[in-house]
Amino acid sequence: MNVMPMPRKRSFGHISVPKVTLAHGGGGKAMKDLIDDVFVSAFDNAALAPLEDQARFDLSDLARYGDRLAFTTDSFVVDPLFFPGGDIGKLAVCGTVNDLAVGGAQPLYLSCAAIVEEGVEVDLLRRIALSMAMTARAAGVEIVTGDTKVVQKGACDKVFLTTTGIGVIRTGIVLGADRARPGDVVLVNGVLGDHGAAILGARGDMALDSPIVSDCAPLNDLIDVLIAAAPGTRAIRDATRGGVATVLNEIAQASGAAIDIDERATPLREEVRGFCEILGLDPLYLANEGKIVVIVPPEEADGALSAMRTHPLGAAAAAIGEIRSGEPGRVTMRTVFGGNRIVDMLVGEQLPRIC
Amino acid sequence: MKYVEEFRDAEKAKILVQEIDKLVAEIDIAKERPISIMEVCGGHTHSIFRYGLEGMLPKEIELVHGPGCPVCVLPMGRVDDCVAIAERPEVIFTTFGDAMRVPGSKKSLLQAKADGADVRMVYSPMDALALAKKNPDREVVFFAIGFETTIPSTALTILQAKADGVENFSVFCNHITIVPTIKAILDSPDLQLDGFLGPGHVSMVIGTAPYEFISQHYKRPMVVAGFEPLDVLQSIWMVLKQIKEGRAEIENQYARIVSDAGNSPALTALSEVYELREFFEWRGLGSIDHSGVRIRDAYSVFDAETRFAMPNIKIADPKSCQCGEVLKGVIKPWQCKVFGSACTPEMPLGALMVSSEGACAAYYQYGGVKKREAVS
Repeated sequence: MNVMPMPRKRSFGHISVPKVTLAHGGGGKAMKDLIDDVFVSAFDNAALAPLEDQARFDLSDLARYGDRLAFTTDSFVVDPLFFPGGDIGKLAVCGTVNDLAVGGAQPLYLSCAAIVEEGVEVDLLRRIALSMAMTARAAGVEIVTGDTKVVQKGACDKVFLTTTGIGVIRTGIVLGADRARPGDVVLVNGVLGDHGAAILGARGDMALDSPIVSDCAPLNDLIDVLIAAAPGTRAIRDATRGGVATVLNEIAQASGAAIDIDERATPLREEVRGFCEILGLDPLYLANEGKIVVIVPPEEADGALSAMRTHPLGAAAAAIGEIRSGEPGRVTMRTVFGGNRIVDMLVGEQLPRIC
Repeated sequence: MKYVEEFRDAEKAKILVQEIDKLVAEIDIAKERPISIMEVCGGHTHSIFRYGLEGMLPKEIELVHGPGCPVCVLPMGRVDDCVAIAERPEVIFTTFGDAMRVPGSKKSLLQAKADGADVRMVYSPMDALALAKKNPDREVVFFAIGFETTIPSTALTILQAKADGVENFSVFCNHITIVPTIKAILDSPDLQLDGFLGPGHVSMVIGTAPYEFISQHYKRPMVVAGFEPLDVLQSIWMVLKQIKEGRAEIENQYARIVSDAGNSPALTALSEVYELREFFEWRGLGSIDHSGVRIRDAYSVFDAETRFAMPNIKIADPKSCQCGEVLKGVIKPWQCKVFGSACTPEMPLGALMVSSEGACAAYYQYGGVKKREAVS
């Protein structure tokens, strides 16, 4: 981890106790001090400053961005809290920013609700809040309202975060998985499975010295570039839990089309391939936190691909397959070996094979 | 990836498939009925589906997915015993990942975990031993399953536990051995198999000599095969070549890993710690003589079966299940009455639907449902 810069402004109410206790959830002065110290000082913005029970927005301001609101929420319970390439705070901001952006929205405002287990170090919370603040700044969003609860030891695992986000959808842009049509091209913006492999590696259960870093990143800027180059884009999904395989199945089901992908075209980091080989995992099902699956009409595919490749988060973008008129909802893959197989939804969690 | 990519070369695959086509055209029986080849090992089943090999082969070849998935052949009663041990408050129950979902008569380990049992996934028995050292006030039990591929590693772990004087560690032994099972399959009256792909990783431990009876007594060819897709194709080609030339021999395609004599340190550890059971119960196949191992008396302090009381009740397979017929290759997974209806990977009735190495789950996930529609 890089050393986080300490907050410069609004460090009022700086608390000296090293650990969170149930008193910090009691609604009194201790709670206010904790919130001021940890969250308010880090998030610092005009909408948050009045500390009312809600953040308030001018509708006319919002309308400058487009003609529809997008609204989403997500919870984050990752173990470990800090992992190569990110932490729960960065994840919580990126996750919600990306859920807005894949709908064609400009992400604007986030909320942050934290459930904290008693005994957690205040410094750990500060690091998480600062990471959220830095990520929000990078993504061009503000965290404008929040909530903190403290629960007894064992009632949660250190820190759980929930972020909710509001964005505004650009006028004229309509994205949806049901819009995929035969002939459309399936794109991804880079190598797959990094986040899932990084988290499994960071848990340390398998004693593998893994150099894999999470791809966790806000994708709204990349999506701006993509939509500008390919305004006819049919659908964008972020390939988080369940990986690219799950997203492709969702798109196939929603559109009633078939999808055919080429294993040789799917970008994979050599380390992730090795990791999956050893553990008997399929990288198509590994989680990503900075990868999107994009469905574009064939005439815009080249433009979309080269536009994404100009962006640092899309440098390894690739066309991995196409929408077909085959059996509705069916995803198939031509394997590296020249055979064909079905790529189905995962039943539960992907479990390593015995031998 | 070095030493892996070379065995997944699509161009070489094309050539091999052409050679297989040529051989099949020269084999007379292929004109009357399909040539049945059983891959004994679940690892092969996985490769066959993972790379879509069945679709590349001519229709005259029928692959029969054999009993070599240790998760799949585990009987319900043994899972019930696992759950009973796992639910003891003092126990940390450790298991390989894909054994978590195998259904018992009441619940799987995954469900027992949800009900509060301390069930943890490990990647090696040594992880379980380390857990025991870290938690001296708890009883750590390792759920040992698998063929000769995994038996030496649990044997070595027990030897290590003894050397380290660890007292809170034990093994619930469900290890099984492949040779008696192949024999039982060959003795089955409703069976028609023309040859075998032999299990590569088991053979790495036991060598190739134990299979001689297959060629000598049952006059069937076997080729010990590696797990990469080119390995599997080449081994199929080798079996066909034997059939065409009227030979029945034990050949070794996986010579880069398997030596004819096997791995003697592994075999030494194995026989130091384990001895054959009189018989062992297999899901779908019933009781097979000498097909399982147990921990020898000298190491019985590490035997969970002596350390804990457990129900030890034999539970019959569900009546509607046809796992046994699928395992013996009598029917294809999609011909089972409950395939894809009462039995799915979400709610498996039979164990073949549980592991991705199980023939039914593999068909279901990688292309079974459609095939079934086409056939029935």
